[in-house]
Amino acid sequence: MFLLFRYLLKLWRRRQTPGATATTDTAPTAARPTAARATATALTATAPTTTRPSAAARGPLALLAHQARYDTLASLRNPRARFFTFMFPILLLVIFAGVFGHSMTTVDGVRVHLSRYYVPGIMALSVITASYAGLVITVSAARAAGVLKRRRATPVPPAILVGGQVISTLVTAAITSVLLLVIARLGYGIGFSIGALGAVACAVVVGTVTFACLGYAVAGMIGSPDAAQPIVQATTLPLFFISGVWIPTNNLPHALRTAGEIFPIEHLAAALHLASVRGSFTAAFAPKDLLVLAVWAIAAGVFAARRFSWLPVTANA
Amino acid sequence: MITNSLDAAVAQCAAANHHLAGSTDAVIEVSGLRKDYGEHEAVRGIDLEVLRGEIFAFLGPNGAGKTTTVEIMEGFREASAGGVRVLGADPARAPQAWRQRIGIVLQESAPEAGLTVRECLDLYAGYYRAPRPVEETLDLVGLGDQTDQRAASLSGGQRRRLDVALALIGDPELIFLDEPTTGFDPTARRAAWTVIDGLRQLGKTVFLTTHYMEEAERLADRIAIIAAGKIIAEGTPRTLGGRDTSEARITFTLPPEAAAADLPATLAERAEAHSDGRVQMISAGVADDLHVLSGWALDRGIDLDDLEVRRPTLEDVYLALVAEHDTRS
Repeated sequence: MFLLFRYLLKLWRRRQTPGATATTDTAPTAARPTAARATATALTATAPTTTRPSAAARGPLALLAHQARYDTLASLRNPRARFFTFMFPILLLVIFAGVFGHSMTTVDGVRVHLSRYYVPGIMALSVITASYAGLVITVSAARAAGVLKRRRATPVPPAILVGGQVISTLVTAAITSVLLLVIARLGYGIGFSIGALGAVACAVVVGTVTFACLGYAVAGMIGSPDAAQPIVQATTLPLFFISGVWIPTNNLPHALRTAGEIFPIEHLAAALHLASVRGSFTAAFAPKDLLVLAVWAIAAGVFAARRFSWLPVTANA
Repeated sequence: MITNSLDAAVAQCAAANHHLAGSTDAVIEVSGLRKDYGEHEAVRGIDLEVLRGEIFAFLGPNGAGKTTTVEIMEGFREASAGGVRVLGADPARAPQAWRQRIGIVLQESAPEAGLTVRECLDLYAGYYRAPRPVEETLDLVGLGDQTDQRAASLSGGQRRRLDVALALIGDPELIFLDEPTTGFDPTARRAAWTVIDGLRQLGKTVFLTTHYMEEAERLADRIAIIAAGKIIAEGTPRTLGGRDTSEARITFTLPPEAAAADLPATLAERAEAHSDGRVQMISAGVADDLHVLSGWALDRGIDLDDLEVRRPTLEDVYLALVAEHDTRS
């Protein structure tokens, strides 16, 4: 198990290096004047006509892709994100499946080993970590540091900045979900049918977007980035216990189950749980849960659009 | 010789054009600007005009309304009253495209996390329709050797230069520099001045706020001083606050055997002597006074080796103006 883990990590590192060099390759390194100093170059300044048009000149979609590319690059290089988004869910899966994996539970009337139960549960957790936790922490830090204000001082539309972050979050959520599925398959022989994988993909996408909206909404409410981590913990940890992430919901008292169902975490987990015990896409797809997530997404999006500020929170003077 | 005079002619012509364009073309126009935060009135009716190609320095103590004024011109805050036009548009209502033409160096901003210097520039270049070349912009601010370094690992001075590079990458007409050299060591400050001088040569208009008088004096074409939400003085570094017409101050030290009272009568009546032999006087006619003084000193074999003639520095003028305003209000 551990060897597999290290192998995946190595693969992951290898994925990163070509990515990093590719970005540096795109800039022409040959044209760089070495001896010329500040004012000398200033006077000869005219743009070479051979360079390709900028992302903004190629239209909003190109600009969105441009923003998403750099946000993804930055988030993949963030050591905190790497640990909490990619390693931590895997660690949890290994521990939970190892300790409780042989007990049984039921999901939607199907009796399954807990090891199978934990795959979708931990996947919900990893999606939430990638989107909600990641965004609350990075967005509030970037705002306090003036990074968001500096970006807003440029012509880039705010929708592109938000869209780029959401796409970058989708990329990380997809990576961590695939990692979990691969480990479940190779390490524990827990497989999903093709149809179920389609339903998993839908739930991961809807869940990521929902929790990204919630991330922006919460980041809009907090002033200091110091508050980000505790608020993320306070808003997610208790819900993980009552939403079928760590404990099967049929072990919970009725009141706690009902409480859990109010919040979006339960619905993301439920949609993924359903997919884990069904064979076809139609049976594995959970429209009701995704609808609840969509309602949360819209509410959070509207709230964020009203409340979110790009400028650092300071005392007015 | 021929090429030299030709060059001179071209330069003269360019200077004339520059002057002509400058005199008709205001890049920033502010009239009767007011901004209040609830009870507190941060800006209390100011007028400003910044012309194309000019480096305009905006000085004032902390809390005088400097940042508020700049943020209104940058479109980050709305004015409570008054008119603001920057590049022909009201910044609070300007379309996103307006930002293609301005560059902003904020007072505080951290580098983009996780990206290298070049990637930061590439990212921001993508925001503009016609950006400057990345390599050349990095060379312009003197970061040509740090291109592949993570931006977060740069020193304070290098980070600031990266900020300037990010503001320049869109090839803007107008650049706001909010305290660009605060916290710099003297070497880094001089390097930054070279960069800002470079902007002048590119024909950019620069709106500079700073706490360093030397910086304003070295760079600015014109200076305005704000105190308690009002402009209290405006002029060129040489003329600000009547600096050019104010009287010079002559100081020198007399040896113990000579006394200030022995000075020729025309000087003695104005001389203020200190117990350590230091003598100071205000002079309306420096050449006359020095002539009399040096004649007198030669006769007595006095060296006057620390003789100094000094007009008030920009800092003297600034401090006097701000202090005068404080006592009045």
